[in-house]
Amino acid sequence: MWENISNFFSFQDTNVIYVSLGTIILGASAAVVGSFTFLRKRALIGDAIAHAILPGICLAFIFSGTKNYVFLILGAFISGWIAILSVDYISKNSKIKEDTAIGLILSVFFGFGVLLLTYIQQSGNAAQTGLDSFLFGKAASMVLQDVIVFSVISILLVITVTVFYKELQLLSFDEAFAQSMGLPVKGLAFMLSSLTVLAVVTGIQAVGVVLMAALLITPTAAARYWSGYLPRILLLAAIIGGFSGFSGTFISYIAPNMPTGPWVVMVLSLIAFISILFAPKKGIVARWLTQIQHRHRIQDENIIKTFFQIAEEEESFGEPKTIDLIREKRYYSDKLIRKILKRLKRHGYLVDSKAGYYLTPFGQRKAARLVKLHRLWELYLTEYLRIAPDHVHEDADTIEHLITPELEKRLEEKLGYPEMDPHNSRIPYEK
Amino acid sequence: MIQQVENPVIEIHDLSVSYEKKPVLWDVDLSLPAGKLIGIIGPNGAGKSTLLKAIMGLLPLNSGYINILDKPFKDVRDKISYVPQRESVDWDFPTSVYDVVMMGRYGQLGLLKRPKKADKEIVMDSLSKVGMENYKDRQISQLSGGQQQRVFLARALAQQADIYFMDEPFAGVDAATEKAIVELLRQMSAEKKTVIVVHHDLQSVARYFDWIILLNMRLVASGPIEKAFTPELLQETYGGKLTLLTEISDLIQQNRFPNRE
Repeated sequence: MWENISNFFSFQDTNVIYVSLGTIILGASAAVVGSFTFLRKRALIGDAIAHAILPGICLAFIFSGTKNYVFLILGAFISGWIAILSVDYISKNSKIKEDTAIGLILSVFFGFGVLLLTYIQQSGNAAQTGLDSFLFGKAASMVLQDVIVFSVISILLVITVTVFYKELQLLSFDEAFAQSMGLPVKGLAFMLSSLTVLAVVTGIQAVGVVLMAALLITPTAAARYWSGYLPRILLLAAIIGGFSGFSGTFISYIAPNMPTGPWVVMVLSLIAFISILFAPKKGIVARWLTQIQHRHRIQDENIIKTFFQIAEEEESFGEPKTIDLIREKRYYSDKLIRKILKRLKRHGYLVDSKAGYYLTPFGQRKAARLVKLHRLWELYLTEYLRIAPDHVHEDADTIEHLITPELEKRLEEKLGYPEMDPHNSRIPYEK
Repeated sequence: MIQQVENPVIEIHDLSVSYEKKPVLWDVDLSLPAGKLIGIIGPNGAGKSTLLKAIMGLLPLNSGYINILDKPFKDVRDKISYVPQRESVDWDFPTSVYDVVMMGRYGQLGLLKRPKKADKEIVMDSLSKVGMENYKDRQISQLSGGQQQRVFLARALAQQADIYFMDEPFAGVDAATEKAIVELLRQMSAEKKTVIVVHHDLQSVARYFDWIILLNMRLVASGPIEKAFTPELLQETYGGKLTLLTEISDLIQQNRFPNRE
């Protein structure tokens, strides 16, 4: 195996270079074309097309008796289009919904395709060798001519998408508006579906029809996590698609008995998985971290506020507070209170001494502001929303952590800098 | 109370339209004056949006015709601007405020052309008219409901049309946006533009519009506000559903029966 790997990267076999380049290009182009299918929320249609071209390819082979690309592509095109139109017709003219129609058409076409494929393999036609790799792909079996044909088609696909970028973007975002301004909506949709068929055709030998849909959809699904801007998403999807295509070739050479399609999908899915987990802001981990930050913030601010409340009750501003005193007010566990106090100390809100903990001037200001926000919000709820004074405390306990300085200012102005809250506690303003 | 006008900006003759095979508008005949703020008023399911979509050529007609400036819609498309319902698009779509407003220029630009400097200026101008110039690079997924509506209006302004069709621009917007939209409508009206607005809130009708169309599956009234906005006509529009008509419509939809031979 190591020998295979070093052979691969020595690139002495020129075929390795061509096939690698070819699969990078076709992976990237499928991802770019698939982006718009994805954005139009028609990902399943892509899957249906990918499966539905199989009978077309087989019939083209049976009638022409050769693996000539012109015939294969023509066959793929025709059966792909019959599938799309059938889905449209069924969902428009029967009680069957689109997702069911896609499921039906996909399986009927694919089943028929496998039937034809089996028939061809048993017919003993010498030219049929390699047709079986159309199912799951075998990048290493591509010859220079395959690579050239598929790369040329792929490059044409990318050029078409680039040229029609602005129209495809509008079509995907707001079809009714596009139609109202006279854009040829039907023509563009037809073009996009045709591009999808062609993208699938380019991938049949390297990835196979069964898993081609993954190459259309997954790169964009992953790229969406890293950017919110379409041109960047397209570029990223192209890179992800190209890389996955390349990795398929690589595996095809080091493990010649493996079909490449499944490996391409494995690599793609890994990238998607990493994106879903670790992308900044939108990723699961990032969201989880924000949740923790919010929780810490609420805990910290609650303890700071407790210092103020104790001091207010005992008229002991500036005096040290013990953990016992704090725990009486806040039902946090000892362990948690110590953790929070440690955090607050680190952030400079308080200092500790033998007698207990003090708020620093910085911490005192923070505490007073929190209490002020709490009481202002209670007043706002009772005055403007006419909520009973005994109901507002819980609401204010959450909202006080959220109010921004801008909202704070508006709240003060709206309420006219009131002195007392609904429970007759003084509202502390900064002096 | 259906008042016809001389030299109408829009003329609708015997219009019947179905939505998802269900007839929702029956035999509408009306003509509208130029340069007015026109409200289309009626209850839910009255066919207000359907009328707009039919005028915009987005739905097939069962019968009748629509002329705009004496011509079919196709010939005067570049004089017309459309603001679809805000909920009709996915605001999670990965694009910026600026790019959405630029879409308003695509009609004039034509296929395959890139925006020119003039187009960019028009886009910025439109954004500032709705007070969104500071948001031009913002991703649209980060906008509030009111801001989304402003972006849609800016896109319509960028079309630089003479006739504007707006589907529920006041739905779900904050008070500040509502005020901004009303001011914009007045300004457009002062510039002799015709603005036709699907509207829901009866309380503000008299303040916002010069002319109203009362609709409930058929045309109840079309005329200047002082003549058409009367308790009797509102009662006819909102009160007493035409149960028989609704049932016939449902029957047509269920049986896939043609409502014109």
